[in-house]
Amino acid sequence: MWGFYFGQLIDSLPIFLKGLWMTVSVSGLSLVAGSLIGFYWGIIRGGKGRILRRLIGAWVDLIRGTPFLVQIFVIFFIFPEAGIQLEAFPAAVIALTNLAACFICEIVAGGIQAVPSGQREAAIASGLSAYHRFRYVILPQAMRTILPPLVGQYVLIIKDSSIVSVIGVIDVTRAGWLTVQRIPEGIMVFGMVGILYFVICYPLIQLSSNLEKRMTVVATRL
Amino acid sequence: MLETFNFRVILEYMPLYFKCFSATLWLSGAGLAGALLVGTVACAMRLSQSRTVSLIAGVYIESMRSTPLLAQLYFFYFGLPSLGIMFSEEVTGIFALALNSGAYMAEIIRAGIQSIPHGQIEAGIASGLNYFRRMRYIILPQALGVTILPLLGQSIVLVKDSSLLSLISIMELTRAGQMLSSERFMPAEGFLTTAAFYLIIYYILKGFSSWVQKRLIFREAY
Repeated sequence: MWGFYFGQLIDSLPIFLKGLWMTVSVSGLSLVAGSLIGFYWGIIRGGKGRILRRLIGAWVDLIRGTPFLVQIFVIFFIFPEAGIQLEAFPAAVIALTNLAACFICEIVAGGIQAVPSGQREAAIASGLSAYHRFRYVILPQAMRTILPPLVGQYVLIIKDSSIVSVIGVIDVTRAGWLTVQRIPEGIMVFGMVGILYFVICYPLIQLSSNLEKRMTVVATRL
Repeated sequence: MLETFNFRVILEYMPLYFKCFSATLWLSGAGLAGALLVGTVACAMRLSQSRTVSLIAGVYIESMRSTPLLAQLYFFYFGLPSLGIMFSEEVTGIFALALNSGAYMAEIIRAGIQSIPHGQIEAGIASGLNYFRRMRYIILPQALGVTILPLLGQSIVLVKDSSLLSLISIMELTRAGQMLSSERFMPAEGFLTTAAFYLIIYYILKGFSSWVQKRLIFREAY
């Protein structure tokens, strides 16, 4: 029986590959947009403006405090009530971008605040402008703290992208769900799904822990 | 949108929400207990002298961390019956939650244990304490300070992850939102109420975690 189902599973490989491409494009788009927005928010949040800082903090708390599943339902089912019709794909990208931005914002803000204030003062004393202070003094040092958790966060976002399958985006998880209706071998079908995610996520996890080791070595050498 | 927001329907559904709120609490509580158990065992195995035992734990941890919870949930939900193992949905859900979070807990506990200077362990050996006493009186009390905050963070993630159990038709908070939204065609009322309940849990856990953080800093300072 296993052999028969395995043959069928091989036959439905194209669905899985299409799903893989969908997972890669949803999470890729969201990661790029989310990183840009997240860095922008994080720089504001690590800075001095009180009101903006509070506003972003409150928004980040709202997003971090609710499950991604609920967020995607809110965007997909409530936005149409307000007159904004969204297809599944843009809804998924918007929800995931927002999630990525919120988590990345916290990482960036933490990294900026971890730079010793003496560095900032020395830069002011050297007569650097605000932009130059940030670009050449604060950011390069902050990146050392930011980079390892950032890559780790990317992995979490790619995994969270599996949840967009519930609104009908045909990604790897959805492909597995559709296949398991025809091939009643859950272990085999979702084993396949797991392998596809593993291929993307495992190298990134390794990269994150390598970065962590390298960054700590640099920090102690200084 | 807000002028049509129907609070009466929410009040009408409140009993359901409270039932589902307590369901979310006990599901994530059970998942948390399981995850701590699995995590401790996996961590002990990972740090074991025997290479095979350590390798088995490593494969478990890495495969759990590089695949999404949703795929794991479907893996058990569709896969266990084809092996002839019949669990109720609740048990399957708690099982998946515990195994998933257990892998993260194992890594957190391992980082805590490895943060203790080796001299402490050697001093314990020199004092003639056996393995369990060294663990109980020297390593664990010190490791707790390092691990408690990440463990609380993982518990927050676990509570949010429990929302995915609604997808295998378990009655919990997200399911309550789905019911209100599909029975009365009121997604805004349904999902925003669900989000509010999750936020209650989030703010309580977050408050507790910053209280712990203050206590830890206080203890370190003296």
